[in-house]
Amino acid sequence: MSLRLTALAAALMLAGSAHAADHIKVGLVSTLSGPGAGLGVDIRDGFSLAMKHLNGKLGNLPAEVLIADDQQNPDIAKQTADKFLKKDKVDFMTGIVFSNIMLAVGPTVFENKTFYISANAGPSQYAGEQCNPFFFNVAWQNDNLHEAVGKVVQDKGYKNVVIVTPNYPGGKDAVSGFKRYYKGKVADEIYTKLGQLDYAAELAQIRATKPDALFFFLPGGMGINFVKQFVAAGLSRDTQLFAPGFSADEDVIKAVGSSMMGMFNSSHWAHDMDNAENKRFVADFQKEYGRLPSLYASQGYDAALMMDAAVRDVKGKVEDKAALQKALEAKRFKSVRGDFKFNTNHYPVQNYYLRAIGKDAQGRVTNKTMGTIFTNHADAYVASCKMK
Amino acid sequence: MIQLVLEQALNGLQFGLMLFLLAAGLTLVFGIMDCINLAHGSLYMVGAYFVAAAAQAADSFWIGLGAGVAGAAVLGLLLELSLFRQLYKRDHLSQVLATFALILIANEAVRMIWGPQPLMLNPPESLSGPVEIAGFFYPAYRLVIIAFGLAVAGLLYLLVAKSRIGMWVRAGASNREMTEALGINVQGLFTAVFVFGAALCALAGGLLGPLLAVQVGMGESVLILAFVVIIIGGIGSIRGALVGSLIVGTVDTLGRALLPTLLRALLPADAASTLGPALASILIYLLMAGILFFKPQGLFPARA
Repeated sequence: MSLRLTALAAALMLAGSAHAADHIKVGLVSTLSGPGAGLGVDIRDGFSLAMKHLNGKLGNLPAEVLIADDQQNPDIAKQTADKFLKKDKVDFMTGIVFSNIMLAVGPTVFENKTFYISANAGPSQYAGEQCNPFFFNVAWQNDNLHEAVGKVVQDKGYKNVVIVTPNYPGGKDAVSGFKRYYKGKVADEIYTKLGQLDYAAELAQIRATKPDALFFFLPGGMGINFVKQFVAAGLSRDTQLFAPGFSADEDVIKAVGSSMMGMFNSSHWAHDMDNAENKRFVADFQKEYGRLPSLYASQGYDAALMMDAAVRDVKGKVEDKAALQKALEAKRFKSVRGDFKFNTNHYPVQNYYLRAIGKDAQGRVTNKTMGTIFTNHADAYVASCKMK
Repeated sequence: MIQLVLEQALNGLQFGLMLFLLAAGLTLVFGIMDCINLAHGSLYMVGAYFVAAAAQAADSFWIGLGAGVAGAAVLGLLLELSLFRQLYKRDHLSQVLATFALILIANEAVRMIWGPQPLMLNPPESLSGPVEIAGFFYPAYRLVIIAFGLAVAGLLYLLVAKSRIGMWVRAGASNREMTEALGINVQGLFTAVFVFGAALCALAGGLLGPLLAVQVGMGESVLILAFVVIIIGGIGSIRGALVGSLIVGTVDTLGRALLPTLLRALLPADAASTLGPALASILIYLLMAGILFFKPQGLFPARA
């Protein structure tokens, strides 16, 4: 009897245009080697922890996560994504750290009608005119964290600021985000090569400019070296450092140490946020990997939860793209950052917080949440997005 | 303004002297043994890993530096005896192929042993702050690097120009058979030069480790710069390598510092911010092309 029922069910499913998949495949392409590796490794580990919490399932279906290193190289990322899409036929893609790589891989993913859940890169292009139904960003739009820093620098009354950022799409977004809320004088804008590690020339220039505050966006190893060399050059005596959370999270703090104390930064998430999901995430992440999670880890974790909720919503019928899109837009998972919703361009509308680096109760140098900078903040590009 | 120029000059000097450590070994192997060694950058990388690993194990930067340099010298010795000795008589294409293979092997080996993520190497605690010179602060550690570079340059000058060994090396390079006929062990001499070059690579890698990052592939980008240096300076010439290194170091540093500012005065801010960094990164290649146009043999050709 039950056998016949199963056969009948199978026949019915085959007859329907959208049958339920028997398992879900996720392609995670991230930067796992080189100076940007810290970011990709945290995204991967956050995602893996979520998969463990979900018992290896996405929406009650067994899930397989394919992981590959893009070596921070757009060409390699594109080749890997091609393989995941055409050969492995993945249902979701995620993991890319850097916006230039995202912009290189995006078109291939969208043509293939596969949903990309970005756990980091949030280029302005995909938030505005080039927004795409198959692109979701579960983290933020690139400008957002920089906008929040700009607001803080403005409110604290700094009048003479130097900006340092790499010369790539994410860096351009950083400058426009910062300047959207900081209205004072920008004494100098310094663009470095992406992946640059020696900042001697730039630091001499900063010393000559004598700014009262310095805003820098240098993710991964770039930021680690910059802060170290900034302190070694004796510049920290006269100039207050400000950065988005990217350049002041656990990966950088661990490498630079106590000379980062007192630095302000912005984030949409912090490890001391008081909600049940976050407490479980932070505790288990430390148990699993022996270090505090960074915001990248929280984003990887949320990306997995988002896929899980959407697959469950469509009851495993991931072939029905329209239904899956609706389910993703509905956002029925509990994020570790607390509540947020998706805007019409598939980027979050959420709060942004001010954090400061200091010693916690256990004597560790880490971030502490100081207050809210923006409440229910949307990105600046949503108006030019005509989502089809 | 004077302070800025002075500080940038020190930065250029520091960068140039580190390039010199690499270029010196490369130019000797290329100019004297007539062997193109693309794996020179790999020796720099492996040397830096040796230093970082030893520094971590011994919990002291200086012990790590000494052990790492010694380790790289031993590796250089093994490589010379097993591989490079066979390559001297081959044509340049075989040398390029063999040493390129060595790059791939070295990168994968390092990835397998130390993993894909960069190693952290910190300068000694006492040198991590700034010191005051002539009214401005300069990182103490960079001054130490400059001191090392100057010491090595002086040592090399004495060794090559004033010592008997240096004379043998120069003689072996200009006429190998004749030198051998005079009873000098040229093969042993070449081995010594190669080992010395490997040790200089590791010294550069170890000293730069705290400023950059000890990571897979760090040798390739610096190898290109080292080749630019020896082409500008003249292949086979230590003096050329020193002058070439200082020119490349200074031009690169000043270009990165001054070009964007200069362009911003001439062009709209948007175009300047795009063009400035791009132009700064190709500046040394423009310089190389310019020098080769007027002096195709480089500034100080070894065999004039």
